[in-house]
Amino acid sequence: MLAYIDKIKEISNRLLKEGKVDMVIGFRKGTVPMMNEPCFVKTPEDVDNFVWDSNCGINLANYLTNRKEKIGIVAKGCDSRNIVTHVIENKIKRDQLVIIGVPCKGMIDRHKIEAMFETEIQDVIEADDKIIVKGQGLEKTLNKKDVLQDNCALCIHRNPVIHDELVGDPVEEQKDLDRYEDVRKIEFMSPEEKWRYFDDLLSTCIRCYACRNACPLCYCPTCFVDESRPQWVGKSQDPIDTRTFHFLRAYHCAGRCTDCGACERACPMGIKVRTFTRKLEKDCLELFDWEAGLTLEERPPLDTYRPDDPDDFIK
Amino acid sequence: MGIEPGRLHFSWISSAEANKFVDVVNEITAAVKALGPNENFLKTEARVA
Ligand code: SF4
Ligand code: SF4
Ligand code: SF4
Repeated sequence: MLAYIDKIKEISNRLLKEGKVDMVIGFRKGTVPMMNEPCFVKTPEDVDNFVWDSNCGINLANYLTNRKEKIGIVAKGCDSRNIVTHVIENKIKRDQLVIIGVPCKGMIDRHKIEAMFETEIQDVIEADDKIIVKGQGLEKTLNKKDVLQDNCALCIHRNPVIHDELVGDPVEEQKDLDRYEDVRKIEFMSPEEKWRYFDDLLSTCIRCYACRNACPLCYCPTCFVDESRPQWVGKSQDPIDTRTFHFLRAYHCAGRCTDCGACERACPMGIKVRTFTRKLEKDCLELFDWEAGLTLEERPPLDTYRPDDPDDFIK
Repeated sequence: MGIEPGRLHFSWISSAEANKFVDVVNEITAAVKALGPNENFLKTEARVA
């Protein structure tokens, strides 16, 4: 981790000094534990603000939308895939970017860790594969692999798929994972069971839209939930309005979602919002052999037509 | 997402296939009528004007 930080600082410093970029987007230490914040650095003097650890789960591609500057951006595997998606969708140009790739070993799940302790967590320190949690009268060491974000435990693209610089040697990718066990469980349910399952899942949603705001895919100038003429969906917390919001948002992410987990991480209520996007991710893989954000060369399934596209559902 | 089977239908009909269009619409309205009102999508909480 420390080696990564030095390298991020060194590369950023060089890029800014040589005038290759106007700013570098990375992470700085957050004001509360386990919540590092995005950080925009514009002068070489400020690169010392940059940090790197397992609390950098925010997806930085979210900060690229429609920018005009030349930008250096720190990118994990998933961020790099969302950068590819942004380029494909004309939200940023490839030649505006210097991508500083970070081979990633997963981010830790703040919800999981917070739920383990009654006391407030004041500090979280990392040493190799251990996580040390500290608070009033509390000091406990956890294994990082036990507290990974769910999406990171299932991630098979930890190395950046595109990059101009790399801050360390590529890490070994996880193999032979059964990535969709949970999705299959829901697929096997009857319609009534599904209805109840999702009612339950969303019962605590406060419609704060943190999940949407954290997602790099959600860049519409006016989101359908904010539109009032016409008003597509009710703005209340009635379960049906909440459900409509979640299902529609998920569909807007179909074939684009990289399972970066930023949405789930952002949710103040700890709702597993990836449940929706993962079903679509699975369908895209099975029906179109598609994983989002892996290449600049191919168009995503929802904006191409192939004569052999599956169409069994059409009469 | 738990929508009852039979409530959602997909069909591909060319603008030249008037008869198919009529048939499909009749079929779908019959199927959906048989299912009755879509209670799932009714709001349950108090409505504001
Ligand atoms: S999804 Fe993959 S690349 Fe992204 S933070 Fe998790 S392990 Fe890293
Ligand atoms: S929907 Fe969630 S997991 Fe998918 S790209 Fe957006 S933030 Fe990442
Ligand atoms: S972040 Fe959580 S509580 Fe907020 S709208 Fe999304 S799911 Fe609901």
